[in-house]
Amino acid sequence: MRRIGYWTRGYGERDAASVTRTTWQAWLLTDAPASRGQAAWGRRYRLWRDFSRNPLAMAGLILIVLLVLAVAFAPLLALQDPAAQNLPQRLAKPSAAHWLGTDELGRDVFSRVLFGGRVTLGMVVAIVLLVAPFGLAVGCVAGYAGGMADRVLMRVTDVFLAFPRLILALAFVAAIRPGIPSTILAIALTAWPPYARLARAETLTIRGADFIAAVRLTGASATRIVLRHIVPLCIGSLIVRVTLDMSSIILTAAALGFLGMGAQPPSPEWGAMIATARRFILEQWWVPLVPGLAIFVASLGFNLLGDGLRDVLDPKQR
Amino acid sequence: MSRLRTFAAAASSVPITLFGLVLVTFLIGRVMPIDPIIAIVGDHAQNDVVEAARLQLGLDRPLAVQFWLYVKLLMQGDLGRSVMTSNPVTRDIAQYFPATIELATVAILIAVAIGIPLGVLAAVRRGSWVDHGVRVFCLAGHSIPIFLLALIGLLVFYATLGWTPGTGRSDVGLEGMVPDVTGFLTIDALLARDWESLRDACAHLVLPAGVLAYFSMAYIARMTRAFMLDALSGEFVITARAKGLSAARVIWRHAFPNIAVRLVTVLALTYAGLLEGAVVTETVFGWPGLGQYLTISLLNADMNAVLGATLVIGLSYLLLNLLADAAYRLLDPRVR
Amino acid sequence: MMTRPMLTSPMLTRPVLTRRAMLAASAAIVTAAEAPFARAATPAGVAVMAKQIDDVISFDPAESYEFTNNEVDGNVYRRLVGPNPKDNTRIAGDLAEKWEISADGKEFTFHLVKDAYFPSGKAMTAEDAAFSLHRVVMLNKTPGFILTQFGFTKDNVEKLIRATDAATLQMSLPIAQAPTFVLSCLSANVGSVVEKATVLANQVNGDLGNAWLKNHSAGNGPYQLTQWVASDHITIDANPKSNIPVGNKRVTIRHIADPSAQLLMLQKGDADIVRDLTPDQIKSVKASDGTSVTSSGQGSSVYVAMNMALPQFQKRQVLQAMKWAIDYDAIATNITPNTYVVSQSFLPSGLPGALTDKPFKKDVARAKALLAEAGYPNGFSVKMDTSSASPYGDIAQAVQADLAAIGINVELISGEQKQVITKMRARTHEMAILYWGTDYFDPNSNAQAFCANPDDSDASKLRILAWRNHFKDDQLTAMVEDAAKELDGEKRIGMYQNIQKIARERAPFIILLQKISTAVLAKGVSGFVIGPLPDYTKYADIKKG
Repeated sequence: MRRIGYWTRGYGERDAASVTRTTWQAWLLTDAPASRGQAAWGRRYRLWRDFSRNPLAMAGLILIVLLVLAVAFAPLLALQDPAAQNLPQRLAKPSAAHWLGTDELGRDVFSRVLFGGRVTLGMVVAIVLLVAPFGLAVGCVAGYAGGMADRVLMRVTDVFLAFPRLILALAFVAAIRPGIPSTILAIALTAWPPYARLARAETLTIRGADFIAAVRLTGASATRIVLRHIVPLCIGSLIVRVTLDMSSIILTAAALGFLGMGAQPPSPEWGAMIATARRFILEQWWVPLVPGLAIFVASLGFNLLGDGLRDVLDPKQR
Repeated sequence: MSRLRTFAAAASSVPITLFGLVLVTFLIGRVMPIDPIIAIVGDHAQNDVVEAARLQLGLDRPLAVQFWLYVKLLMQGDLGRSVMTSNPVTRDIAQYFPATIELATVAILIAVAIGIPLGVLAAVRRGSWVDHGVRVFCLAGHSIPIFLLALIGLLVFYATLGWTPGTGRSDVGLEGMVPDVTGFLTIDALLARDWESLRDACAHLVLPAGVLAYFSMAYIARMTRAFMLDALSGEFVITARAKGLSAARVIWRHAFPNIAVRLVTVLALTYAGLLEGAVVTETVFGWPGLGQYLTISLLNADMNAVLGATLVIGLSYLLLNLLADAAYRLLDPRVR
Repeated sequence: MMTRPMLTSPMLTRPVLTRRAMLAASAAIVTAAEAPFARAATPAGVAVMAKQIDDVISFDPAESYEFTNNEVDGNVYRRLVGPNPKDNTRIAGDLAEKWEISADGKEFTFHLVKDAYFPSGKAMTAEDAAFSLHRVVMLNKTPGFILTQFGFTKDNVEKLIRATDAATLQMSLPIAQAPTFVLSCLSANVGSVVEKATVLANQVNGDLGNAWLKNHSAGNGPYQLTQWVASDHITIDANPKSNIPVGNKRVTIRHIADPSAQLLMLQKGDADIVRDLTPDQIKSVKASDGTSVTSSGQGSSVYVAMNMALPQFQKRQVLQAMKWAIDYDAIATNITPNTYVVSQSFLPSGLPGALTDKPFKKDVARAKALLAEAGYPNGFSVKMDTSSASPYGDIAQAVQADLAAIGINVELISGEQKQVITKMRARTHEMAILYWGTDYFDPNSNAQAFCANPDDSDASKLRILAWRNHFKDDQLTAMVEDAAKELDGEKRIGMYQNIQKIARERAPFIILLQKISTAVLAKGVSGFVIGPLPDYTKYADIKKG
């Protein structure tokens, strides 16, 4: 009840405040859109309005935006070359010269965290780009085709789901060799099955819908039906899943690094930074704690964002 | 009938999935760039020793033959022998798995005891600062790398405050004092009526289980909140409220039983996640569980051990899934 | 199935000490138990050590070849001869009170002590000693070569090593060898004496007790192995029949992988001795009162290997340039203080004949000139395999930076230690950074490893470090072979010093560091002395409070 009250009040106030300035809002919010485009933009605007009213989701979004900006402008913000060693200056306390101190080889921790963000976030993006389309494809094909294809694909999915995630990633990395590309592949290998499950479940509910039957009657091919009509409807829940998965991917990458199997030095990946610095946690605690905080902030940001998106895009789960 | 049939279909897929699991693990083991012989004979071994060990392990045979032999033995319940511990893998699992189960069980108990009330609270106070606070608290637990949480936990509660004991499963002075019956230290201590060992075992459990619990709490609280919101908008709750029943009574007596079944599913999945997710926690806490066993075996290319442990974890995952599925199908009236 | 009747059932291998016995043994434990969870001290009569013990594979002295199991075996078993406690480079009698060596260096006669008792209550006889050496040769596990290199085989060993009476052991060598070399090898873990009757009673399928001895002991040292749970703990209890006094009835070694956790245990009184602290942690405990630090140089070296399959590494100037490019002191003082020291010879200091001078230091101009002379004025690019474990990862990065300064662009490939070893054994690496521990306390072990390569083909019999890096130097190979046969001890030392000097010029190995094993002892704990080899580290004298 409280929420509805808030909703109406906010809406009303804004309308009363400036009628002229909100004509574009009126255009977006009309009950009778004149075009398909207007309807689509209207829907997006409504989602955004719902989303922006959730303070936690906005906090998450702001965190992520700040993080992306910091990482994008790392070369401008960094104090020095993140790879520059200075052995006599190792494990220095935070100071004016080194805002967050130095690590075990005398490198500037602040600069390394900034550049490490590029590696970590880059890895996460690469994994998501691999996993989401692949899982989506497997799920949609299994769900739409049914029968033997469904059974085989779902058994394969089950095998990878039943695998202890971290162990599969560990084994895979060990089987190639530790490093960023193999970490990306390994985590992708363990991360796709839930997407396939999700996409299949969505496809199953949509497949029987009347409008799909109608499209099929027009003679559309199965490929076209899946690509043009089923996939777009899965996107919503997929985005939610991706955002929430970001954090678990960051954490898995960090855990791999912690077990010595993730990105390898001298790459300033956050997880690898903690792994090499964790032996200093008792004395020079800032060295492992700084990348730890970076992981925490990024992970929390994605979690808050995903949680907010879920509220908006996936009302069933609200 | 159809309900039973779908369940049977789901159950019958378990062996196929397990077979796939064995096959994938086996292949990974064979392409590892670590020569398993090195793990057995070490770096300094002379060639004749290396070749003798290779023959003894049957690693000279074609891959398909090796796989066939493994599966044949597996059918007889023989998982082979671990190179690292020199024990049969089945015996190792019997020794290490209970430690993991104990840890995961206590963890989920803690997570339930805190997560469900928090979820209910968030649902009841939806949109308020309490709701937001609960959400941030839970998501924070889900955002910290678990090894960092574990290290910080040790630093604060063991090193600084001295509230909990350090790493390991029991105190050195009490090690091996309780006869090993079930492998669960707490139960064994209880059976032996050894209260000191029981207290010690529980004390050692608190911190690692707490860390794991905090990590998994987010999902439990989140789902409780969602289910509760759903239940609170149900007609019977509105009726109950209209009858003037107290809020607490409405929530716990009327709404909660409705979501309990759906929560069982959530818990089963969380539990499965805990069994496999304990790897890192076990490493930090020196917990002699299956996760640690698996990691060390993997890094030594001790493939019999890796295969066996993976199978056991995979099997428990599948069974818990099946259980969740069964509970959902059989108990939830809303499933047709 | 009669095979291993009781061994691995955890219940049956559980400790000899019962709770009652322990409580009776000490009233102190009662007060300790009343304290909250963190004990103020470890239980009386029990020395608790925190150590990384996941290297253990087997405690059978015929098979044991890792650090931890060799160290435990050194306390559970005794050998005919051992290091002189006052001077490790000299051999002293242990189970053999005296011995004679024939003038031609082929006949060894050992006269054994009569009061060395096994836990069974029986005294050791020459028959036990002969059997122990026979089974090492017959089983021929990893360390078997330490004895078989003298020419012993499955077929001849029973004739060549025999008990002539209950207290006399006769050993005949097929070919003459340097006596110091032979005695050093007998002081290694393979020389441990097992109780023949007990071992044969537990034999399975003619394995000479190998399976049983993996996690049991049958020695006459001051301790006996009570329990080993892989990667968890090792418990040894006093051998009640031994006449060597022990400070603690039980020693428990707990596997604590994380050095920080080890430090915490020490600070909280949960461990008496911790073994794997990081250099920085050792620095910090040195400052704190109460604790004491003990350390000893080890027979292990960290080295960088260059595979001579690569054309640039076939140029002696390139190898020299790299040796002159590294800032050895910076690595040792900054990355590995208290745990490794600079060592530039393949014989770590402490071993007989080791050269302790340090001719190489960082000299960029000289290194660049050497590179230019070799035809690489602009350097080259190369890949280096390294273990990701500490301190190898850090050392590798420092080496990478130093080589970059002279134009050699090194790409690091890090992985599990075993992965690096696997790759080097297959000779598919370009460069690698690894450690090498001497097999026994004699210069021949490392001289052979780093310099001897009689046959560089894939079918070679000797495939150690020189072979693994395609380093084939016939002069050095011959020198190593000659030194092993030199009967005159003093002359022999001179030969090894010469070999080391030549190796510095030609060998494709940059020897960087020597390991220093350091342990930190809790307040009031004393008597723990680390040996230069794991087998020489003794627990019996550990005292608490």
